[in-house]
Amino acid sequence: MGKEQEFDLYIEAGKTEKQYFKDLWRYRELFFFLSWRDILVRYKQTVIGILWAVLRPLLTMVVFTFVFGNVAKLPSEGGAPYPILVYVAMLPWQFFASALQESSNSLISNANMVSKIYFPRLVIPTSSVIVSFIDFLISFIILVFLMIAYGFAPSIKIIALPIFTLIAFFASMGCGLWLSALNVKYRDFRYIVPFIVQFGLYISPVGFSSGIIPDKWRLLYSLNPMVGVIDGFRWSIIGNTQVYMPGFVLSLIVVAAVFITGLLFFRKTEKVFADII
Amino acid sequence: MGDTVIKVENLGKKYVIRHQQERYTALRDVIANKVKSIGRKKLDTGEKEEFWALKDVSFDIKQGDRVGIIGRNGAGKSTLLKLLSRITEPTTGSIALKGRVSSLLEVGTGFHPELTGRENIYLNGAILGMSKREIKAKFDEIVEFAEVEKFLDTSVKRYSSGMYVRLAFSVAAHMEPEILIVDEVLAVGDAQFQKKCLGKMEDVGKEGRTVLFVSHNMNAVNRICNCGILLEKGEISKKSDDLDQLTKYYLSFSDNADIKNMWINNSNKLMYENEWFLPIKLFISEEDGKLCDFIVENNRDIWINIEGIVENVNQALTLGYAIYNEEGTLLYWTYQTDQNEENWPKLKKGYFRIRSKLPKNLLNEGTYKIEMIGSIHFIKWFLEPGKNVPTVYFKIQGGLSDSPYWIAKRPGVIAPIIEWKAY
Repeated sequence: MGKEQEFDLYIEAGKTEKQYFKDLWRYRELFFFLSWRDILVRYKQTVIGILWAVLRPLLTMVVFTFVFGNVAKLPSEGGAPYPILVYVAMLPWQFFASALQESSNSLISNANMVSKIYFPRLVIPTSSVIVSFIDFLISFIILVFLMIAYGFAPSIKIIALPIFTLIAFFASMGCGLWLSALNVKYRDFRYIVPFIVQFGLYISPVGFSSGIIPDKWRLLYSLNPMVGVIDGFRWSIIGNTQVYMPGFVLSLIVVAAVFITGLLFFRKTEKVFADII
Repeated sequence: MGDTVIKVENLGKKYVIRHQQERYTALRDVIANKVKSIGRKKLDTGEKEEFWALKDVSFDIKQGDRVGIIGRNGAGKSTLLKLLSRITEPTTGSIALKGRVSSLLEVGTGFHPELTGRENIYLNGAILGMSKREIKAKFDEIVEFAEVEKFLDTSVKRYSSGMYVRLAFSVAAHMEPEILIVDEVLAVGDAQFQKKCLGKMEDVGKEGRTVLFVSHNMNAVNRICNCGILLEKGEISKKSDDLDQLTKYYLSFSDNADIKNMWINNSNKLMYENEWFLPIKLFISEEDGKLCDFIVENNRDIWINIEGIVENVNQALTLGYAIYNEEGTLLYWTYQTDQNEENWPKLKKGYFRIRSKLPKNLLNEGTYKIEMIGSIHFIKWFLEPGKNVPTVYFKIQGGLSDSPYWIAKRPGVIAPIIEWKAY
């Protein structure tokens, strides 16, 4: 056993490295650098730059308010103006959707790095999610303006918002890990992801209140992890809306399950990325 | 000093090759196969083939060793480096490493063309595992080594390829790893830069760090390394502290059976039928007449040997050779009658042998073709250049010059060492 102490690192066929999480810590700054790179690159040679992060949710909100609020005349919730109802849901949804899109492609677009340099691969999809998270924070500023414009004051429950944000983060990470790892092997996921995102926008309660879902379907509806997150966002910002507790708990369980299995799956396939990418 | 820092045991890496043209697995096929295989037990026909890129490789490397990893294309060098730098996982065996490993398998990986030089230094440093503080501390040194001060805030897509490579190497070389793994980076960049890189790697070695260096360039290997590992078909075929011997051994096998450095007339008299001369042998030899290796270093004289039978003596009988490079460019013709008449070798009736020295440090690296040519001067060719005449080949590799500024093949047809003097 004394001999074993000599070396810092053992690589053995078929064994998971013990120091993976130590490495992750060592490379912690890489999370920041990769996110920083992506943001820097994204807005180079664009005229309005970071404003794009704001424009997308804002315009979708306008359209949704018009379609669901004015044309379909769906009810708002808790006395909030319809644009605020939509925008509050749009924030976590946009975060989730862009995190999904960015992270599922992240390994492929960094293929060169994956096949030539070692670092914990987990850094790549995670920093894609971080980039989307930064967009999320920027879009949040718009919400503040929107609420001032409508003279709508948030309740004290807003202090719970970080918890729901965290849930949104883990939901994005879990799905992102699954999809990015699968995409390395099966490029089909490149086509599946945009579909999930498009479809998801309509089956999640973004443009409408989840209160309009019939009660018998609500538990089933809550299998969508974003339902719990969006309801939570509305509850903490708008204040007097209802959270359907069984559904929320179910959403939480789904998020936890997706995240844990995603992490395990990613770790398992990570070792062969360089060979098949 | 003297501690083992890398210990490799029974290392193997297997790849599965699919004999299908499809590059990526499509989900559709996987599902289809799964569905089909419910009915039949095994659907897999012999479409897959296993291939061991590396097999049963074991070695120890001590601290401060500078190890050259030598081998042909496909011998497993890159796979070995990839395993050592943890990019891919071994199929069998184990590796134990001591200290921080930095690998430079390709210059500029992780660089983003849209970002500026400054931004890329930070990004690349972080990818290689440096902390922000370390990069800051080393920043000036990196920039100075790369000689890109003026262009720090220009995006690297506007860099010349030389600047790009310099910057990339500089970042990797300044991370002060205990073990530095370098793959063939010297293939790029100009001679000045190559020299600088070699110097840097030598410094790294002198500081007691360990260097693993892969290159086809035997000059560079000889300069940097103090020992070597020769890989052949995924296995270690030789390991030695004597690099000269290892180099010789490496260069001694020639691949192609058709390309030989010896031609012998297989009694096909008719083919070369003429009334004056019958060619018997054409070969490349050492000074002592021994057939030399197919691959010759440029710093050795070699001899072109012609043997044959003179049927009828003729005063105007000339014999010699034409030499062509890989592109088929004729370099020159030469005959036994090139000098003044007293120095001509006498051609008497019957079997004879003549030879001519090909001076060292004349040709460049590459494969050369030698044709035996012969004529009755100004009257008639009996062995006309390019017309199905006896042909041999040899290859020049290594030994180009002892100059530290000259380590690889230079542009140009020939590569003579020419004297320079101050006056």
